[in-house]
Amino acid sequence: MSVLEIRGLQVSVNTENGSVEILKGVDLTIKSGETHAIMGPNGSGKSTLAYSIAGHPKYTITGGSVTLDGADVLDMTVDERAKAGLFLAMQYPVEVPGVSVSNFLRTAATALRGEAPKLRTWVAEVKGAMEALNMDPAFATRNVNEGFSGGEKKRHEIMQLELLKPKMAILDETDSGLDVDALRIVSEGVNRAKANNDLGVLLITHYTRILKYIKPDFVHVFANGKIVEEGGPDLADKLEANGYADYVSK
Amino acid sequence: MSVLATNYLTPTGREEAWRFTPLKRLRGLHDGSAVVAERNSLVTKAGLPKGASFTRETLAPLAASDDVIIERIRGEVSDVAHLSIDANAEIKDPIFLTRSAGALDSAEFSRVRISLGTHAVATVIVENIGDTLLAEDLEIALAAGSTLTFVSLQEFDSKSVYTARHHAVVDKDATFKSITVTVGGDVVRILPTVEFTAPGASAELLGVYFATTGQFFEHRMHVDHAVPNAKSRVNFKGALAGRDAHTVWIGDVLIRAVAEGTDTYELNRNLLLTDGARADSVPNLEIETGEIVGAGHASTTGRFDDEQLFYLMSRGITLENARRLVVRGFFNEIITEIGNEEVQERLMVRIDGELERAGA
Repeated sequence: MSVLEIRGLQVSVNTENGSVEILKGVDLTIKSGETHAIMGPNGSGKSTLAYSIAGHPKYTITGGSVTLDGADVLDMTVDERAKAGLFLAMQYPVEVPGVSVSNFLRTAATALRGEAPKLRTWVAEVKGAMEALNMDPAFATRNVNEGFSGGEKKRHEIMQLELLKPKMAILDETDSGLDVDALRIVSEGVNRAKANNDLGVLLITHYTRILKYIKPDFVHVFANGKIVEEGGPDLADKLEANGYADYVSK
Repeated sequence: MSVLATNYLTPTGREEAWRFTPLKRLRGLHDGSAVVAERNSLVTKAGLPKGASFTRETLAPLAASDDVIIERIRGEVSDVAHLSIDANAEIKDPIFLTRSAGALDSAEFSRVRISLGTHAVATVIVENIGDTLLAEDLEIALAAGSTLTFVSLQEFDSKSVYTARHHAVVDKDATFKSITVTVGGDVVRILPTVEFTAPGASAELLGVYFATTGQFFEHRMHVDHAVPNAKSRVNFKGALAGRDAHTVWIGDVLIRAVAEGTDTYELNRNLLLTDGARADSVPNLEIETGEIVGAGHASTTGRFDDEQLFYLMSRGITLENARRLVVRGFFNEIITEIGNEEVQERLMVRIDGELERAGA
């Protein structure tokens, strides 16, 4: 049983006009097996929350804390956060020219497991993960995210989620740019990871449609750098009906 | 042989061709002060396949050169190490030529010829290793319809000084591909040059270089489109790490008035891994006719992409390993073109080592 605790998190970025505060005190607790949806309008700071937890150097933490099972996440390097059990599925996964998917996955698995996975079981593992996500085997020989379609990038992120087996996953707009079939396949991958690894999920999204496939236990409405309303799955239905207007105007 | 005669021009460093080169570090290769020894160091590494021969003979130069060191070599040396591939021979496995002996207190002036008969197909890998002082005039003749992959590996130790011109003369419908790899030496200056003598010829000049603390590596291409309907591609990638690492890439492509239907593109990308290093990159396209298929060039010099490192690290990979992956990936595109796993892996290990040594 793991717990990710975010307390009073304040985050700024440096711009040409000086430091701008984006997160204005975020409180959130996620436990193993729970799925929390964070929903909010564009520009509300949802992605900043995701990237700050993962440790992107662009963001400066100005207050608050993030702990995973009591360990200070904010004190860790980016790779240490992954080793502690955090995973970020990115909205815009980065191209790494000249590095094949198979080399990348094996290097990551070696880093996270502390030893190189046995070749025979590893090959079967990767093959299984790819088949489960309807991916062409030739995918493994391509360079990481290079020339991938939007859907391929998202499948690749979720394949990593299944292979690397984190304790907590942050999914940053994983539904964006996916057609209905791809959304279903990717969602099934997330649900498998939940079932197999008792994964805690922080699901960041703009739209409610992914919530039909990945059922949230809690829904948080995010606006202007903080959580402005919290509730159960029914809160998503309300957002579907009314939009974010009530929260943005406040 | 003896100390060289003095009736050669000596570069001063003000000439366009020499303006980047640290002449003082050439150990006298350029001004005649180097003592020349007869080493004949180039040998075949293994037995030669059927259809190939390796001899020493007296040969006149294939093509004129205005490079002063090449002139000195030609003035002093008539003996040429000649690898010859018979017409119509199709040789699958690479032929390895390697430098067997070296020294720093005397210079080797070396003339080399690689010639392919009509419709011959071969891969030749030349390995330069150890610490040595070497000036080389290497000429390549591709007869009509022949195909050569020429791999030139500079895996020198840290004190070597090497200047060379690798000049290919490419005949009708012949295909020349070169991969130049420079990862070792104190000063390396290579002139990969190509001239087309008949239509339908093509040349692909690929290269990678990795200079670390204090090293100077210069690659100065010249592609002469003097006939119609020839094609050339240049793609060199370089990385630099450590104080006073300095690389120079010059891409001179000349499309003469007669060279209608020319198709050419040249590209140079540099990755600066630390502060204190300097990459000069000068593409230079001269076009004397508008009746061409295409002509273009691009040059970029940048640093590690923080987003790439973040992505890799977010999957548990340490900063050090993430950098190694990115650098390997950067070079991979060219290195895999060699087509020999053993050589490719050896080069990647060397690149890892250089990266570690430079503390990048």
